[in-house]
This record gives sequence, structure tokens and C-alpha cells, in this order.
Amino acid sequence: MSEGALYDVGPRARRRIQVASVVAAVLLVLLGWVAVARLAAKGQFEGDRWALFTRSEVWTYLLGGLGNTLRAALTAMVLACVLGALLALGRISLTRPVRWATGTYVEVFRAVPLLLLIFFVDRALPRYGLGWLPAFWIVVIALVAYNGAVLGEIFRAGILSLDRGQREAAYAVGLSYWQAMLLVVIPQAVLRMLPALVSQLITLLKDTSLAFVLGRFDELLRRGEQIGQIEPRSLLQGYFVAALMFVVVNLTLSRLARRLELRQRRRYRSASIAGGEDLTVLEVEGGARLAVPR
Amino acid sequence: MWVTIQLAVLGFALALAVGTVVAVMRVSPVAPARGAGAFFVETVRNTPLALLLLLFVFALPKVGIRNSQFVSGILVLGGYTGAFVSEALRSGINSVARGQVDAARAIGLGFIQTLRHVVLPQAARTVVPPLGSLLLALTKNSAVVATVSVMDLAGVADRVNTDTAQPIPVFLGAAMGYLLLTLPSGLAVGVLERWVAIRR
Repeated sequence: MSEGALYDVGPRARRRIQVASVVAAVLLVLLGWVAVARLAAKGQFEGDRWALFTRSEVWTYLLGGLGNTLRAALTAMVLACVLGALLALGRISLTRPVRWATGTYVEVFRAVPLLLLIFFVDRALPRYGLGWLPAFWIVVIALVAYNGAVLGEIFRAGILSLDRGQREAAYAVGLSYWQAMLLVVIPQAVLRMLPALVSQLITLLKDTSLAFVLGRFDELLRRGEQIGQIEPRSLLQGYFVAALMFVVVNLTLSRLARRLELRQRRRYRSASIAGGEDLTVLEVEGGARLAVPR
Repeated sequence: MWVTIQLAVLGFALALAVGTVVAVMRVSPVAPARGAGAFFVETVRNTPLALLLLLFVFALPKVGIRNSQFVSGILVLGGYTGAFVSEALRSGINSVARGQVDAARAIGLGFIQTLRHVVLPQAARTVVPPLGSLLLALTKNSAVVATVSVMDLAGVADRVNTDTAQPIPVFLGAAMGYLLLTLPSGLAVGVLERWVAIRR
């Protein structure tokens, strides 16, 4: 359904919509004005509260926090993808104990709040002589343990969504289980789960900020918080700037992801159309070609 | 655990309300409402939940808006999840067959009437599964209130661990607690899904 259908109408309704638009715009401006007035009344726009942000060391400090966030998130993403792939393969494995073990892991870790995992890793590791691990790795371990389970489910859904004929065709041309998986099934599954994958990775990036509870890993949220500790008058401003930085990074990422997704979907479609007219064998070759894009 | 249940239930009720209003705004013919809805969703979705919570608890009192940590927790969880609910609902609205809308318009229903009597009831059915997973996500996300010392399940677990220094049994117990909450609601969502499914 196109959204326009809900109000695709004649001149009278169009006039009503225009009136409503003006009213809504006025209301929004009013709302914004009230908010601004409130902030101004409490002196939140006073220059000295924002003066901090004209100094380059403050920006170096905050950008350093962003760097730490990104570094932790990126490390966790790569490792979580590996763990997720292993878990997904485990859950569709032909061996029952493997299926059970990975299934239990996924169900348990998916259901536990990430914050609880961070607490747990932080409090439990010192008891096993791993207290020397830097906070960075505590965060990464918790993120990987949790997101591995979530990504595992995404991967599994992607693999199972693929038509069985793909795998059967791969067997028919003499590929082994692992060859069929790596050359035919997984490349196509990855394309299908790309949207879910990307949105989970953005969630992971946001979740990295939970690390501030450790109080010793300097990611962006903690540094934004610290602004308020260093200069109490700029507390609100510190949070505001940190939030802005998160929004900018995440918006850029999701835009980028959407473009990537569209491009790959187009390429995927043209590839399958080209193979579709030919023999099954050629379709497998199409799959194999997708497996080695670079 | 009781605190966690309260947070989850009240937060989700708020999220449904916020999500519905924002979804309607985003498909409305009124451009400023669409813009405001989109702005809300994009901002909230792209900000970490913990940051929103800290903003509510520590920064807003600076401008005279003061809530207890618990109420802030509900507002933040509800608003944050509401942004995701509105996205789910919007895709649900878009999945309703065009003919339904045309028919509703043809018998003379207005925009709000069409949505309320024809589109939203059908959209709500298709989005039961995503809403269910949002409820589970909210239950788990509610743990962040422990960071502003609300004594929910995660907060209690951390406190008990500080007292007993037995991280493994304590956190395993807390994890069980969350499983006890999410497993039944997951099952309930599955039942609800079958219950409301349109039989064709």
C-alpha cells in the first residue's frame, strides 16, 4: 500500500490538510519555544556553560572517547560475527549434541541483559586470575558473548530462508557439505540477512556505551559524563554533545548500510536472472562467483 | 524482580501509546507532523538508551524537570521502545492491502476513521511478532536502570554480589530470573499471534 492512499483527496480536504499543517507547525514551534525558554530561564545558554566546547582539548577528549567506543565496537563486531557464524552452523549441524549445545548457549545468552553480562564478566574474571585484563576486553567479551548469540540466530534464519534446491543443486554437482555451505549457501544467506545484520551491529555500537558502568573504560558516554564532573555547570551540555555525536555516527552508518544493501540487492538480482535461464550448474557457478567478490 | 516486572509492563504500555501516536503522525497528510515524527524516531533510535537515561536523571533536573529514578526509567524505556514500536507499526500499516484503504475511503471514512477502524486493527495483527520481540528487548533493556541505582533484578544481583562475592551463583540466578520473565512472555506472544491471526 502506498502511504499516499490514506489521504489522496479532493480540494476541500486539501485545504483542511493545509490548515492542519499550519496548526501543527505552530504547535511544534510553540513546543520548541517552550523548551528553549525553559533552558534559557535556567541559564543553559549562557556562554560560559558552552565555553568548554571552544577548547580543542575538550574535543580531543570527546573524540578520543568516540574512538574508544568505535574500537571496542569494531573488535566486538568482528569476533561476534565469527562466534555467530559458528553458532549458526552448530544449530543446523547434523550432529545432535552439537545442535543441543549451541542451541542452549544461544537461548540463554539471548535472554540475558547485556548489562548483567558486563557486571558478570567484570566481577567474575578477577576470581580466575584474569583481573589484569584491561576494561576494553571486559566490554568486548560481554558484547561478543551476547551479540554472538543474537547474530547466530540471524545467520541461522538467513541460511534457513534459502531454498532447499540451492543446497541440493550444490550436492548434485558433487560439492561436499562444507563446500556447499561456503560456496553456495552462506554467500546467498549473507545477502538476505544484511538488513538485520546491520541493524544489530548498530545496536551493538550503542550498547558499547553500557561500558560506562565499569567506570574505567573511557568510551564516549563516560567522557560526556566526565565533562559534568570537570565543569559542573556544563553537565547538561556534556550529555548533549555526546548524544549528538552518537546520533551523527549512527545515522551515517545506517545511511551507508542502506545504500550498500540496495546496491548489493541489485547485483544479486541481476546475477540470479542471468543464471535462471541456464542449467542448474550455472546457477551454482553464479553462487560461487558471489562467494569471491574481490 | 517485582521492580523489573513493573518497569517492563508500564514501560511497554507507554511504548505502545507513544509508538501508535508517532506511527499515525508519520503516515498523516500533515507534513509538520510527519517531520516531527521522523525526527523523534531517528534521534531516539540512534542514541544509546543509557545516555537517554542519564540525561533524564542527571541533566533534566538542571532545568527543573525532576522525576524519581524509577519514573525516569519508565519514561525513558517507554519513549525509547516507542520509537521502535512506531517503526514496526508503520511497516504494518504499509502491509495492509491497498484495497482495504480504498474501500474505507469509498464508504466515506476520513483519515483518522480509516486508520482507526480499518487499517490499524489489521496492522496490529501483522506486527504482533515484532512487538513481542520488542517487549522482550524492553524487559532486558530495563536492566540499565540499575546504573542509576534503581534496585531492579540486575541492581539487586550486583548488590548481593558485592555482599557475598559469589559472582557465579548470583549472576546465574539473576539470569534465570530474566529467563523466567522472557520465556513466558515469549510463549504468550506466540499464543497471541495464533489467536489474532487472520484466518483465510
